[in-house]
Amino acid sequence: MSSGRIELKDVYRRYGATTALNGISLRIAEGSFTTLLGPSGCGKSTTLRIIAGLEPQSAGQVLIDGRDVAGLRAAERNVAMVFQSYALYPHMTVRQNINLPLAMRNMNVWQRLPLMDRLLASARDLAAAHRTKVREIASLLDIETLLDRKPSQLSGGQKQRAAVARALVRDPVAFLLDEPLSNLDVKLRLQMRGELVDLHQRTGRTFVYVTHDQAEAMSMSDQIAVMMDGSIVQSGTPRAIYERPATREIAAFVGDHPLNLVEVPARSRELPEPFTSFAFDTRLTNDTVVIGLRPEVLVPADDGLLAGRVARIEYLGSEAVATVVLAGDRTIRAVLPTHSVLRQPGDEIRFNFDSDHAHLFDGSTGARLKARLVPRSPLRATATGPVS
Amino acid sequence: MISRFRIGPAVALAFLLLGAAFVLLPFFWMLSLSIKPAAEIFAPGIDLFPSRIEWRNYAKAFAEVPLHRFLLNGVVVCAGILVFQIIIAVPCSYALAHRQFGLRWVIFGLVLAGLLVPYHVTAIPVFLGFAEIGLLDTYPALIIPFIASVFGIFLFRQFFATVPAEIIDAARIDGLSETAIVWRIAFPNAWPAVSAFAIFSVVAHWNDLFWPLIAISDPNLATPPRGILFFRDEEAGSDFGPLMAAATVVTAPLVIAFLAAQRKFVQGITMSGLKG
Repeated sequence: MSSGRIELKDVYRRYGATTALNGISLRIAEGSFTTLLGPSGCGKSTTLRIIAGLEPQSAGQVLIDGRDVAGLRAAERNVAMVFQSYALYPHMTVRQNINLPLAMRNMNVWQRLPLMDRLLASARDLAAAHRTKVREIASLLDIETLLDRKPSQLSGGQKQRAAVARALVRDPVAFLLDEPLSNLDVKLRLQMRGELVDLHQRTGRTFVYVTHDQAEAMSMSDQIAVMMDGSIVQSGTPRAIYERPATREIAAFVGDHPLNLVEVPARSRELPEPFTSFAFDTRLTNDTVVIGLRPEVLVPADDGLLAGRVARIEYLGSEAVATVVLAGDRTIRAVLPTHSVLRQPGDEIRFNFDSDHAHLFDGSTGARLKARLVPRSPLRATATGPVS
Repeated sequence: MISRFRIGPAVALAFLLLGAAFVLLPFFWMLSLSIKPAAEIFAPGIDLFPSRIEWRNYAKAFAEVPLHRFLLNGVVVCAGILVFQIIIAVPCSYALAHRQFGLRWVIFGLVLAGLLVPYHVTAIPVFLGFAEIGLLDTYPALIIPFIASVFGIFLFRQFFATVPAEIIDAARIDGLSETAIVWRIAFPNAWPAVSAFAIFSVVAHWNDLFWPLIAISDPNLATPPRGILFFRDEEAGSDFGPLMAAATVVTAPLVIAFLAAQRKFVQGITMSGLKG
């Protein structure tokens, strides 16, 4: 019994002179929910198509359950795929759509001919088994009443369920999902997100999910591989990627709110306005350092070490986003809770933040630095612990 | 201003009626002659309507030449051509639209170039070749020259190009071979193009006189237009009543078929972008 462990080893994909994938290596554990996340054109869909066998890699290996699948056609790899446009066969009913992969896998040419389920005993038994299976899957996805409709008579969400049902029906080792929710409206997308997670838990299969939506990736995945320009720039749990982004670009890409990036000179341990109350915990050799502060880690506090003046408030109901001009004329955004007193433009405001939440990146390469930002005087003794 | 709204359509309608009358006049004249008594046909002056309806022209048409045989030949030849054209053109155009291979654009260019070559150009070489292998005066002689239709390949390729690649990919994932994708996914979705092509093909080959004139001398294999020529050459001579009756019988199936399939025909043409 195959289990759905997928491994990519140094996979390249070139189209003439352009390189779409630049040495992708990734392990996808059996039964995991792995997301390939990245902006459009980063090669995530190409990676998925190479796993599926719809496109050949130019170099490198794809292993499914330890076996090199080079030369195996898509169906022989026994993976299922759900497409962004659902890709239901328009001339078939939902029932026929779901039944087709079963018929193709289990029946021979003669048994698949029309009316053979009436004439041939073996075809009759298979067809009956398939009918049961289709009904089971349809009830799992709650589309039993839609089985006799054509795809054109379905809403977006219903098409999505039918497409998932078609993928699910033949019990594949892995599900590949290519931006399956991006054609749905926001409300339905949230609902389907939950349903896909439920489905993953219920089936225990490997899911490989491609999306450009970081919220989808964060909320659904066990593992995220962030891709940029044809390479995997970081892979790990959603939490690891959010809390310890490997580069400035990744930090800017994940998170609901746009990241605040402030560039400062780094030749000494002292910092200019507005960070005069902070220092680097080690001496840095970089010319400049970019400090990345997420708007949601800034906590308003009367004794806060970061001082500024509110320029603008965007009230969003559960929270408010303040645009704050700090000393030294740096502008940042901060997420404020709305249960306390709402600030007004012009108000003085001070923030504190956990120094673990301030990300430092090299000013020229954008790579994450191991150094940390620590408060200067009173806490220096405790903050300069051993830094790995 | 109000008058413009009324006069505009009226003028357009008048022009259309005039144009239609002009186009339909020969057909009407044919119909009229086919039911006129012989004496009236050669009467001086032009009478659009016969004084009495002479059904005997039709009886004579069927009696004097094997008109039913010509019609049957027409059906056999047109059906044979159409079936083989589809069997060949559909996989070719699928490959051109959805498969990546080295000379794809060169081959598509050749298809387009092929559209520019009238089949009369190749008629003589084909005739000589068929004579060499003894294929003249057979059904295959009437069918084989037309089974690879560049027009069909072009029409279907344009249609298949509109089928999303994701659907083809989904079929590959679901375990369909490329052949199965052609016949189970692409072909059933292309029915508007298929029906449009079928009408083009059947009309062209039902009405074709040029090739049967070259390839056939046996009256038993004559297609309808070729058969009408036999009719005139032989005993009927200048007997225009039965001749027109035969012409009417030969034209009728196409007119009826077009009227029946008119909507699909127009739909197929517009969907494949072959307007104007």
